Amino acid sequence: MASVDTGGGESSHKKGPGVKKAKKLSTRVDMTPMVDLGFLLITFFIFTATLSSPVAMDLNMPKDTEKVEEESKIKQSGALTILLGRGDQVYYYEGELLDANASEIFKQTTFKGIRDVIIKKKLEVIRDHKPEAKDEEIKQKAKAKGDKDWEKAALDRDFFVVIKPNAEATYKNTVDILDEMTINNVKRFAMVKISETEDKLVQATQK
Amino acid sequence: MTPFVDIAFLILSFFIMATKFKPEEPIKVETPGSVSSDILAEENSMLITIDPASKVFVTFSEPKSKTKEATTAVATALNQGRNLGLSPAEIESFRKAPAFGLPFNTLKGFLALTPEQQAAFQQPGIPVLDTLNNELIWWIDAAKKAFAGTKLLFLIKGDNNSKFPTFEAVINAMRKNEEFKYNLVTSQEGAPEGTELYRIRSQ
Repeated sequence: MASVDTGGGESSHKKGPGVKKAKKLSTRVDMTPMVDLGFLLITFFIFTATLSSPVAMDLNMPKDTEKVEEESKIKQSGALTILLGRGDQVYYYEGELLDANASEIFKQTTFKGIRDVIIKKKLEVIRDHKPEAKDEEIKQKAKAKGDKDWEKAALDRDFFVVIKPNAEATYKNTVDILDEMTINNVKRFAMVKISETEDKLVQATQK
Repeated sequence: MTPFVDIAFLILSFFIMATKFKPEEPIKVETPGSVSSDILAEENSMLITIDPASKVFVTFSEPKSKTKEATTAVATALNQGRNLGLSPAEIESFRKAPAFGLPFNTLKGFLALTPEQQAAFQQPGIPVLDTLNNELIWWIDAAKKAFAGTKLLFLIKGDNNSKFPTFEAVINAMRKNEEFKYNLVTSQEGAPEGTELYRIRSQ
């Protein structure tokens, strides 16, 4: 800061003994309270700042069709059915559930375990892939969408996940499992109402 | 100390300018996380909230510049469609109310209350679980009529602990109205490492 030369030092002595020396006032302001307040405000704004804005997750549901022949058929070899139950429990089976094989294929896991199940099933479907006429169409569609891996797009065409939450599953479970579809890049999945037999199996395991 | 204080005030000004206060939410909801990264658009939307006790509420949002004409139109559509017999004053009250979560037969009584009384009133939620009388169907129908001409977004904001049947009922109400695309409101999460999505995103 620019300072004004007040001619201090030796010059004051020239005024003689009777002249009282004018007391020089300090130009410095104590900034401590202001800085304190500043930090208090910073803390306040940091705490109130909303850091993560909510995001939207897209969900598309199919149209109800009255005619049975319009319903898309899925191949049992590539089907994985995931059932959601009470207490964040996940149940699953591969293929078709019949009375005879229920005890054998009906399995229980958790949200951590289901990811490995999905990955394993997907790899199995890719391994068992047999070329078909519609593969080319799927590839072209993927290419048009800008998929970098479009040449592989048709490999998991038979992979289909059916999600069936029961009445005791929470909304969080449902969103988590839908999210798992995005995480593992499952292209075909559907949310379907749980059947009575399946619900009974889930209830029996929960006991 | 001066440079230090300078920086501190710079940070302070940044936070003052960057802070957007959260609008007060009529219903407290904790949303689940998802790996989705699309930022939520809130204008011109019908928000369906499912609270922790699986009660359903609806909220309409419009661009701020407008004087909530569409919400008034929702009230008019409901009034005609369901014969609610609302007076102009009650429709005005409808325009100002933050959220609705009550059966139609009590809606008129609710709108007659003062805003303070409305805030204190414990709304029981819109009845959805009864498949024959899923009142949400009418709400969606009225919203579609009122927002005709604009792109109406359907947002579903569910609490972690709400039960699946309520969510299913909400979706069924949408389906009855031939609406098949919705956005679920979630909080953001990163893609877990080593998964296929992680690989795609890091490419």
